[in-house]
Amino acid sequence: MSAPSPEIAVKTRSLTRILIYAALIVFAVYYLLPLYVMLVNSLKPLDEIRQGDMLSLPQQFTLDPWFSAWSTAQIGVQPTGLKPYFLNSILMVVPAVAASTLLGALNGYVLTKWRFPGDNLVFTLMLLSCFIPFQIVLIPMAKVLGLLNLAGTTWGLALVHAVYGIGFTTLFFRNYYEAFPTELVRAAMIDGASFFQIFRRILLPSSGPIIVVTVIWQFTNIWNDFLFGVSFADVNSLPMTVALNNLVSSSTGVKEYNVHFAGAILAALPTLIVYVVSGRYFVRGLMAGAVKG
Amino acid sequence: MPFLEIRNLEKKFGNVDVLKGIDLAIEEGGFLVLVGPSGCGKSTLLNTIAGLETITKGEIHINGRKVNDLHPSERDIAMVFQSYALYPNMTVAQNIAFGMEIKGVPKPERDKAVNDVSETLQIKHLLDRKPSQLSGGQRQRVAMGRALVRRPLVFLFDEPLSNLDAKLRVDMRTEIKRLHQSMKTTIVYVTHDQIEAMTLASRIAVLKDGILQQFGTPAEIYNHPANMFVADFMGSPAMNLIPVSVERSGQSVRLSMPQRSGDPLTLALPDSAGKIAGHAGGNVIFGIRPEALTDPDGADRGSAGVVLSECQIEVVEPAGSDTFAVTHLGGKQVVARLRADARVAAGSRMKLAFNLDKAVFFDPGTQLRIA
Repeated sequence: MSAPSPEIAVKTRSLTRILIYAALIVFAVYYLLPLYVMLVNSLKPLDEIRQGDMLSLPQQFTLDPWFSAWSTAQIGVQPTGLKPYFLNSILMVVPAVAASTLLGALNGYVLTKWRFPGDNLVFTLMLLSCFIPFQIVLIPMAKVLGLLNLAGTTWGLALVHAVYGIGFTTLFFRNYYEAFPTELVRAAMIDGASFFQIFRRILLPSSGPIIVVTVIWQFTNIWNDFLFGVSFADVNSLPMTVALNNLVSSSTGVKEYNVHFAGAILAALPTLIVYVVSGRYFVRGLMAGAVKG
Repeated sequence: MPFLEIRNLEKKFGNVDVLKGIDLAIEEGGFLVLVGPSGCGKSTLLNTIAGLETITKGEIHINGRKVNDLHPSERDIAMVFQSYALYPNMTVAQNIAFGMEIKGVPKPERDKAVNDVSETLQIKHLLDRKPSQLSGGQRQRVAMGRALVRRPLVFLFDEPLSNLDAKLRVDMRTEIKRLHQSMKTTIVYVTHDQIEAMTLASRIAVLKDGILQQFGTPAEIYNHPANMFVADFMGSPAMNLIPVSVERSGQSVRLSMPQRSGDPLTLALPDSAGKIAGHAGGNVIFGIRPEALTDPDGADRGSAGVVLSECQIEVVEPAGSDTFAVTHLGGKQVVARLRADARVAAGSRMKLAFNLDKAVFFDPGTQLRIA
């Protein structure tokens, strides 16, 4: 029995390489194709799309569909464009993400560093809330929002998302803080730091990766949500997703595909930016709890 | 009046008794070492002194004040943790000053204290670094600095050297001892390393399964172990514990132990070993430290209790400063500590000197020392 000669080994290896890259490129193209179609067609006048070639580059380059989608397109009955709804989404997402992240961090801190009898039961219940389908809570939630006098407002929507997100954020932070050395908390206790001082001075500064993960996760989910938005918002507090649906499905007369494409990209842009800016930390943060040291 | 006093301390985790009635007391400036195998409750005991664990029963007094229900920060203690527990997001200076910052000590005062402590520990050049940029030994110093700056009544050390490599550990051990000598603060120190316990302590408490086995000075613990566990745990190589039968022949008392081959080895006890005479006709455990079992030339000439006897040497282990010879007596492997240049060969027979003045005897049933 002799080992394969080095030249053959190298050849086999480079052949595998080529196959792997080829497969990866095919997949990448496959995933990027829809984005390409949206982008090219959002930059064409409507006539050009009607000619039928969705894949060709624009012959006559125009940004009009983008301006139209942003500020003049017909959404429902008003020709406002997506702008006010974009603002609604921002006003909904920012407080909801901030509140659920902060509360999740606090929960994770208590569940790992201030253990109390029954803490695991509490954690299990919070974990269960991650598995409750949106549809089940619609009617009770509507009732609660009515009682709180928040029905049909952006704040109400933010509250719904914050509450719904706490289960996930608690899970994230709890698992992250589980690996956080308890001796640090004890050292701080001996140094005289209070419950919140330990949280703010010792734990939070070391929580960068998991905060990034939680923010991305919450931001994407809340921004992309359609069901809560369509159920609980009124005409003036509709989030971007619902407005996009109204733009696409309720415009009378001619279907302006180029405007629809531009609107869809506008709706996806914030999550895209969040991913591009902090995607690196996302992967790193997800791994942080898994592998110690 | 003792400076730190622990009375009948009990600690339960659920149904598990971790500490079963511990009584300890140490004078001001003393160095108390809690030693024992893992799971013996020594770290739990330290944590109860620190206030990081509640206690189920008993009392803890520091400087005449009962501290049972006080928060860790109010007990006037400082602790050095096994992992050092340096705050990773703060610089060395901020780490040391954190406690004062929480207390609201003004900045100039803080800076001065940090400066003084870092000078004592020679870490001045490290003040602006983060803990992740420090070596193990440097982290250790910073952790001690954070404890020193509090000027506490009692220092608590939780296995502070166990994360260092062997050489650094010896250096830091000396440093801790020097620091203790110059500051004269009371220290409670947890370790599983019996050499650390012997070298540092003014008092040693040996624990096993949550029970205090023996509490005494290092010399007491080493020379007069209370039971077979302490005898076996303290000292390296461990004390030889040989099952023997006690025989009376006329006026003298002899110990008899079977060898692997040939007649049993017998040792005539000197007159001083009177207590053991009462056990004639019975069996006892004969405890002799390796250094009390040596080659005839290396034996203590001042001792009247030296008895020579020929033994079969099975293994020879030269260790540089000493040579260890292993023989077989009473069904047990027995280690003798010979001079480094003793002439000995494995498989041969040689005369070994038993220093019976240093021997101790245990009851095989209760395992307690009888003489």
